[in-house]
Amino acid sequence: MNSVIGINIVRFIILLLAQVVICNNINFFGYINPYIYIIFIFLFPIKDERLVFLLVSFLLGMMVDMFSDSGGVHAAAAVCLAYSRPILLKTSFGMLYEHHTIKFSNTEIGSLITYITLGTVIHHFILFVLEIFNISNILLILKKTLFSSIFTILLSVLIIILFSRNRK
Amino acid sequence: MQQIFNFVIRNKTFLLFLLLFSIALTLTIQSHSYHRSKFINSANGLTGGVYGTFNSIDQYFNLKDQNIILAEENKKLREQLFNSVNSSDSSYIDTTTYSQGKYRVITAAVYKNSYSLTNNYLTLNKGKNDSVKQDFGVITSKGIVGIIDNTSNNYSTALSILNKKSQINAKLKSTNHIGSLTWDGKSPEFTQLIDVSNFAPVKIGDTIVTGGQSAIFPRGIGIGTIDSFETDISGDTYNIKVKLFNDMTNVGTVYIIENLDRTEIKTLEASINE
Repeated sequence: MNSVIGINIVRFIILLLAQVVICNNINFFGYINPYIYIIFIFLFPIKDERLVFLLVSFLLGMMVDMFSDSGGVHAAAAVCLAYSRPILLKTSFGMLYEHHTIKFSNTEIGSLITYITLGTVIHHFILFVLEIFNISNILLILKKTLFSSIFTILLSVLIIILFSRNRK
Repeated sequence: MQQIFNFVIRNKTFLLFLLLFSIALTLTIQSHSYHRSKFINSANGLTGGVYGTFNSIDQYFNLKDQNIILAEENKKLREQLFNSVNSSDSSYIDTTTYSQGKYRVITAAVYKNSYSLTNNYLTLNKGKNDSVKQDFGVITSKGIVGIIDNTSNNYSTALSILNKKSQINAKLKSTNHIGSLTWDGKSPEFTQLIDVSNFAPVKIGDTIVTGGQSAIFPRGIGIGTIDSFETDISGDTYNIKVKLFNDMTNVGTVYIIENLDRTEIKTLEASINE
């Protein structure tokens, strides 16, 4: 149990640093940045208390906001993602989730990609709606959501596969 | 009472979600209104320290660019020095401007610069300990960068001109027609100068400089050149697209400008408004 907490604390710090130091400065084509810190929310242990999970997600989003001077947009998006995670898990993993037997290190790659894609799109849409905060710029919001999502999904899947130890 | 407790316990996840989400939303809305002092900003010891550590690595890769920029600035200053009226008389020092200069300049390194969001900020490595305060101007050798927004003891954040909240007084260099400089959130190369009178002789390629009507920037600091312009829907004013002198995606060292007469001007203006 302690090792699980340890791993999550390390993951929290490393993903936060990677996000604010590297990923916020990529600016691919001038405006596309991946937001890989949400991997932490994807991989958080499922059995644990949901209240703790919500609080930790909020804290992570708040830290990213602090580093990038963006008010509370990341915190809001992260909390939404954390709250909607059970629904995402149910739609992408089905029975496995019902029996509480998901291990991210050895699930099917297809379900994993569905799970990450749905989560990323929800997170990014809320993020950019709040960041731009002007419904008349809906096209800009959708454009940013689309391109950043593609970038984030690619990176997230790669990172999860690379760092999971015993994939078949 | 029992029922209320039961309700809270049954829906505790949803209630916590609502609470956290509304906190985040409040902070977001606050960050969209101008000059509301924020609790969450990158002018603090933790973020400053992290950015400082990584900035020292980053600086090595920019040394060459920064050297070229410095050399160009030196060249410009030399030219001014040699061409100034009093250059022949080296013993002459204009005491009225020398001892009682209106502006004080502080150099600072940029720890963080963003340009892809709709509200962009810079984090600088000078703060209250170097007597940097809110509403000081930030420029580079080429042109303006932004205005100081929040300060902590050792760090400060500056509202970039690439920020939808930013509104800076600017004018055409050739005449005195003024307008205000805003940003539409699209390209980091261009900003928009709005509310320029229809009588102004606007030509593509003309220079835009700061107007000096506010107490933040001195008059005549470069901003950019006119890229294109169109008449506003109302027909009375021009909307001008300005190509910035500064490459806002590559800002290394900046100058923070303090107007020493600022408090005097502010009190005077406040007394008029009363």
